[in-house]
Formats: sequence, structure tokens, C-alpha cells
Amino acid sequence: MIKTQINGRPEEIEADPAMPILWVVREKLGMNGTKFGCGIAQCGACTVHLDGQPIRSCSTPISAAEGKSITTIEGIADQDGTLSKVQQAWISEQVPQCGYCQSGQIMSATALLKQTSRPTDDQIDTAMTGNICRCGMYGRIRKAIKVAAGIEPSAAQEKTA
Amino acid sequence: MSEVKDAKTPRSKAAKWTRRGFIGAGVLAGGALLVGVAVRSGNPIDKLKPIVAGGDGEALINSWVKIGADNLITAIVPHCEMGQGANSTIAQMLADEMDVNWENIRVMEAPADGNYVSQHTVRAFIGPGTLPDRPNQVGFMEPTYDGLFTQVAKLAGAYVTGGSSSVRTTGQNGMRIAGAAAREMLVAAAAAEWGVPTSEITTENAVLTHAKSGKSETYANFAAGAAEQDLPRAPRIKTVDEYKLMGTSAPRKDIPSKVDGTAIFGIDGGPEGQELKYAAVKAAPVMGARVDSMDASTARTMGGVLQILNMGDFVAVVADSYWQAQQALNTIQTTYTKTELDTLDSDQMFADFGKALDDAGASGGSSKADYGDAAGVFTAAANKVEAEYKVPFLAHATMEPMNCTAWVHDGKCDIWTGSQMPLVARGGAAEGAGIDADDVNMHSVFLGGGFGRRLTAEYSNQAARLAKATGYPIKMIWSREEDTAQDFYRPADISRFSGGLDENGKVVSWNNVHCTEDEPNDAALVEFYDIPNVSVRNAEVEMPLRLGAWRSVAHSQHGFFVESFVDELANEAGQDPLEFRRGLLANSPRHLAVLDAAAKMSNWGSELPEDHGRGIALVRSFNSIVAEVAEVDMTSGKPRIVKMYCCIDAGFAMNPDGLIAQMESGIIYGLAAAMYDEITLKDGRVEQSNFHDYQMMRMDDAPEIAVQIINGAPDNLGGGGEPGLPPAAPALANAIFAATGQRIRELPIAKHFT
Repeated sequence: MIKTQINGRPEEIEADPAMPILWVVREKLGMNGTKFGCGIAQCGACTVHLDGQPIRSCSTPISAAEGKSITTIEGIADQDGTLSKVQQAWISEQVPQCGYCQSGQIMSATALLKQTSRPTDDQIDTAMTGNICRCGMYGRIRKAIKVAAGIEPSAAQEKTA
Repeated sequence: MSEVKDAKTPRSKAAKWTRRGFIGAGVLAGGALLVGVAVRSGNPIDKLKPIVAGGDGEALINSWVKIGADNLITAIVPHCEMGQGANSTIAQMLADEMDVNWENIRVMEAPADGNYVSQHTVRAFIGPGTLPDRPNQVGFMEPTYDGLFTQVAKLAGAYVTGGSSSVRTTGQNGMRIAGAAAREMLVAAAAAEWGVPTSEITTENAVLTHAKSGKSETYANFAAGAAEQDLPRAPRIKTVDEYKLMGTSAPRKDIPSKVDGTAIFGIDGGPEGQELKYAAVKAAPVMGARVDSMDASTARTMGGVLQILNMGDFVAVVADSYWQAQQALNTIQTTYTKTELDTLDSDQMFADFGKALDDAGASGGSSKADYGDAAGVFTAAANKVEAEYKVPFLAHATMEPMNCTAWVHDGKCDIWTGSQMPLVARGGAAEGAGIDADDVNMHSVFLGGGFGRRLTAEYSNQAARLAKATGYPIKMIWSREEDTAQDFYRPADISRFSGGLDENGKVVSWNNVHCTEDEPNDAALVEFYDIPNVSVRNAEVEMPLRLGAWRSVAHSQHGFFVESFVDELANEAGQDPLEFRRGLLANSPRHLAVLDAAAKMSNWGSELPEDHGRGIALVRSFNSIVAEVAEVDMTSGKPRIVKMYCCIDAGFAMNPDGLIAQMESGIIYGLAAAMYDEITLKDGRVEQSNFHDYQMMRMDDAPEIAVQIINGAPDNLGGGGEPGLPPAAPALANAIFAATGQRIRELPIAKHFT
């Protein structure tokens, strides 16, 4: 039995301690926003937060979450459903195409902005290079991070300016 | 607006479906998208009604648009959403023609039912250049012609999202006419009810208004009445100056669900209230091989493992969790039957390709284009250039690996899987479950990337076979390794050129022979360049891998071949690559405008820092013209792509931001392959396995991209999903040449700079 917190809710999980967090979240808890992409921490589609740090959940066993707090894409909006600044920027910049990688991208970007409120391009590179977007929306992801950080205006704001 | 002409040829079935058969008549008004759908008793529409007309109080206007009692208008779109955003754009076209505001529009994917086969889509896919110039001509087309394509569509199981065709075929020829027809029927219904002329009724924001009498009602209130109206035979569609939504960047409808984790992809689907079991699979690694023996002694002892199956062509483990299934599968030792390909490696394959080209010689193979006297003029040319280019197999590497959830029960099978051809996926599941296709219920899901990968039936077939064999509802997921090793690959190719220049540096002869058969069949052609003597041929070869359509299909190879060779000719002629191309575009003003715009964006000709270079390329594909300029920095000795400039003329950008996004996406997809990727064979097996040895472009190496749009032909739309890709590789290779003098004739580029 592994005791952990998921999106602020205490959970006791009956699972092989070696089972990756990704599959616990998806199969045992029925939360499908976190995605499987590669299984070897190469693509970032499975990114979640463990005590606020971005981790690749496909390669992190649930045992590592004992006594810690997991946050997934389902847990970053406000309690009342208001989307986070990062999520709002993802919409305003029309970032997603197929959308499959975007939970992971948003989790990486959210962690970046928590630690670095006004990231430089190099800091964005460092934080985001582990997340592949096969639709190639890197320019929009970069822009959305800057919009969420308040460094740049959104596309809509630019139009009305 | 022209009047309907009575066809002199025998009337189509559609023409016989009058009055109550407005859906049948929708064949004319809504284009062939409605073929096979009729409202008369006994016609298939009865079967469709419960699927698409969900709640009470909804009237099915036609199979493309549904007006709800809440005055929400649902566009029923026969294409999957795999990132291209076309479903939103098609709905935008419908909304504009119907005078519905964007907020009142909903998008629904048409069910995987044969009656939704879109013959427009099929025609664009298999017969480029056969589309009418004006959307409203569709209704007047020869019935037999449309009928032919309907049959082809049905036979192929087509309901295709591919060929960059959704907007320019379904949208332009189907949805706009359906929207305009629906609007006219609503107006007619209101006119009848109010006893006023139709000409006095205006429509806006899904509301009908008669200003003189002050009457105003929502569309919903006339939905039922509209269904009783005769279908307009030639509904009036808007001219460009009347567009309100078309040509604007309306936000995509699918994006909100993709930022909060609620979007349902194939991998997320499954039956409510049923306990799923999970399957991991591994197919025979050499094409055509079968599983000969299997040692699963370790796997049997592992936690959660329920069943281990030798399915003949693949091995599967079914477990309580996917992770458990995959862990167990990894321990299974398998041997395979021998095949002729067991000793093949990539070097041998390319040697075979070279021999096929040698055998074709100066005139063999099948001709793709032959005008003037290319061979004779080459022999006599003042200056000659010869070059050979080579590109590898490529995998699609969609972010979502292939997967399918199948539940066989009560003689039926429910499947959840992402497919660009749902009827094909459905067929695969039907075969796997041993039931009729009509008994397979396919649930619509988002696709975690398509790019041409999800056109096949094997993954739904596997899942249905496993569900049938085990009795469990099965969620089968391919590992990334399986996805890389069992793709349907972009063909490898070798292409040889010999070009002749006259004394003034003008191209007088163009000879090209390559290996793969071209799809689309214009991919290797250079007709927009003013070259008087051209011979393009292909010498077919045996391919040791399963082949598939890979984003932009044969343009992905020929864009690189052709535009690299044009650059080599420019260099031999001692001319600037831009000016050289301009000189070849005397008869192609749209191409010239696009080329000039991209060059101007890049400040072509201005001085660059040391070790930087610019390269340009121009490719027409899927009826869109795209020019790109790459700026590369070779300071470190390896290419760093600084910036890409792109100009596209897709006729008219229905959603400019969506088109820009597609250009950005196609460029990154093309550059990733150009820089890093090759699928190689050893002992008949694919050597690559995951993202560490089949690399993607990432945030730190993705260039900044600038895109400009030219609306050069508002009635002649081009595609968006693919045309951004083909110029990327040659623009980059040409930039490297400009910076270093090193000509890249073989992809991927990274191989040359280790």
C-alpha cells in the first residue's frame, strides 16, 4: 500500500511498488490526461509534478511517491475550474494541434514558471527540451510561456494594441 | 448565379429523390458528400438518424448540418481531427454560409458509416486536378462521374483524412453548399409561415428576420419547417467580399479540451462499466515472417499476467495492467520463420536501387513526363550537370503510439481507435472479430498525430483478434519500440538527374529517373519551370518494408531532389539561386509571387554573419504553392537552423492562423527528418527503436518560423496540412551549400557532420 497525494487528494494505492506513476494514474485512478509516449523518459508526454518538480511518470515508480504529492494536468486549474495562466495562454496562442503531448508540455511549462517567473529563451530551452511535440508547435509553446509569464502580450492583445 | 441546367445524360438517382428525399437531393446541393444518404423510407438515413440526431426536438436538415432546439448548429464533419484543425475550419465555412455566429457552432465527427463516404475527398486523393474550379459546379457534374467515384470510395473503404484535402474538398464542395442550402430552406420555411417573399428575409447569428413586419425567429424554430422545403438545386454561395467568418482566424473548437486533460484520444477510450484488460504485442520483425516458436516461461510467472498468446503473426501478453503486459512481453524469447529478406541490409537495398536505375538507363522505366527531346538536347548542351540523391525510409513517429481498444460482445464489436480511414479500421476489426463490418461500432476519438500513419487496418485487427480470443475487453497499446519497428514507412529512394544549360546559363534539358512510384503522380514533375525538354521516369524496385503515406507523400522526397538539383544548376550557371529560379518562372506568376515574397521576408541578398548561409526552395503540392528560405549557422561546424521564412499561396486561407500553424508544423516535421532521421535495415529488421535513435526536433533546435500568406486564387483552394513540408529539406541543404560549399546529396544531414 503506497500512501500519496494526487492533486491534493490523499490516495492509498494498491500496486506493485515498481509500477510507473503513469500507469497508476491512468489505469488505477482513471485519470487519462497524462499520456504515454515512449516509456523511457525521452519524450515528456507523461510529465507530472512530484512535490512540484517535473518528472517523467513513465519511468518513475509509484514507490517514489510514498509520502509525496503528485500533480497531474487534471490538477492545475483552480478549484472553481478557472484555468491556470499557462492553460489560458495555451488557448490564446492556439498552441495544440493533435494535442497529445500538450499535457506534458503544460506541466513542464508550469513547473518552469513556478521556479522562474520570467524565464529567458535559454531557460525555456532547458526546461522544455525534454518535451517532444511532433506537430512542431515549439514557437507557439515558447510564445505561450512568455504570455503566461507576462513577458509578452497575447496574440489577441497584439491585434487590439 | 447560374441556373440549374438539366443534364442531358441520364439523371442520377439523386435527381429522382425529390421532395421527401431532400437528403438524396443533397447529393446535388451538398455535393457528393451525401451520396447514399436519403430520407425515404427504407433508405439508409433511417439508420443514420439515431446516430446523429441525438436529443429530442432536433431536426436533421441534412447530413452535414444539424440544428438543435437550443439553436446550436452542429456541423457533422467526415474527417478525423489529428491536429490539422480542418474540422473547425470546415465548420467555419458552414457557419459563414449559414449566417451562424461561431459561438453557436458545434463540431461532430461523422460516424464511421459507409453512407458518409465523401467522394469529393476520394477524388482529390486519387485524382489530383480533377476538381471543379467553382464549388457550385458540383451539382451539375455528370452523374456517372460522381457515381463512379462513389463506387471507388466505397470499395476503398474511404472516408479519408489525407491528401491535405479536407478544406478544399469537403469544406469547399460540400459544407459550404450544405450550409447555403440549409439557410435557403430556413428562409423558405419562414417565408411560407409569415406569408412574405423570401427576398425580404434576412439572416444573421442564426436568426431569421423580416424587418417590415418586425418578425424575428431563431433558426431552431424553423428547423422542422425547413426540412419540408424543396432543396435548393443551386444554393447561392457567398462571394469573397461577402465572407464574414471565412478568412478569419476563428479559434479552434478542439483546443480547450486539449489543455485540461479531458480530450479523449484512442488510448483513452473504452466501454463504460467494463473492466479492461491490457495487451502488449510484438509482431514478427521481418516483413512476411511468422512466429515459429515462443518461450514464455518467465512471462508466465510474472504478476498480473492473464494470458500469453501466439497469434501467428504476433505475440501478445494480456495482463491486468499495460505495464505488466509489456514487462512480461519483454521476457519472451521468440524465433521466426525464414524469409528472403532475412539477410537484407540497407546498403544492399540501395545497391539494388542503383542497379534498377542502371538498368533503366537513359530511356527505360515508366514515363511520368516526356516533352521535347531531353536526352538529345542534354548530349549537345554547352554545360552539363549530373547528380544523384538518396533519401532513407522514414517512420511517422506519431506522439500517440498505435493502439486500439476492442470489446467483442453479443455478436458485435465496439472499438476505440484513432484512424484517418475509419471504415478501414472498422473493416480490420470486423475481420479480427469474425463479424460483419456493420456490426462494428467505431467510437470517434482524437488522433494523437496522423501524418499518414493511421490509414491502415492492422492495429484494429490485432485488438479485435485479442478481444475475441480472450473474451476480455482489451486495450492494446504498442510500445514505442513496436511503433517504430512496425510502421508503414515513407519509401527510401535514389534519384538521378542530368541537366543541360545553354551558353547563357538557361536550362534546356532536364532528365530525372528515380525508384519509387510517385503518389501524387505529379510529385516529381517540374512543369511550372520553363524548361523546354523534360524527361521524368521511374524504375520500380522491390521494397523490403511496408510502405505508407508519410506527410506530403512523394513530395517529401522529390521536393528535396528537384530543388537541390535546381540549386546545382544555378551554381553551374553562375547565378544567384533566387534569380535563377525567377528566370524559370516566366509562365508561373503565382509561383513567382510566392518565391519573391519568401525571398523578401528573408531579406535575401543582404549580408549575413560569417559562416551563415541562406537557401531557397519552391514546391507546389496539394494545389498549394510554398516557398521557403532557410538561414543556417555553421559556426560550430554543424548546422544550426536559425530561421525559416515561408510564404504559401493556398488559393485562399479560410483560417489564416490555422494555415500558419500548418506551415509551422510541416516545416518542423520536414526539418526533423532532413536533419536526423533514417530507418535502416539489418538482417531484414528495422534497427531504430525509440526517440534516442530516431530523433525528433526539440525546443532547443527548432528554428524560429515566419509565415506569410498570399490569397492568389480564392476559388481554387489548395491544401494546408502537407505543403509546408517539401521545401524545408532542400531550403536547408541549399543554405548549407551557400554557407560551406558542401552539397548535401544524401539525407539525413546530421550524418555529414558527425
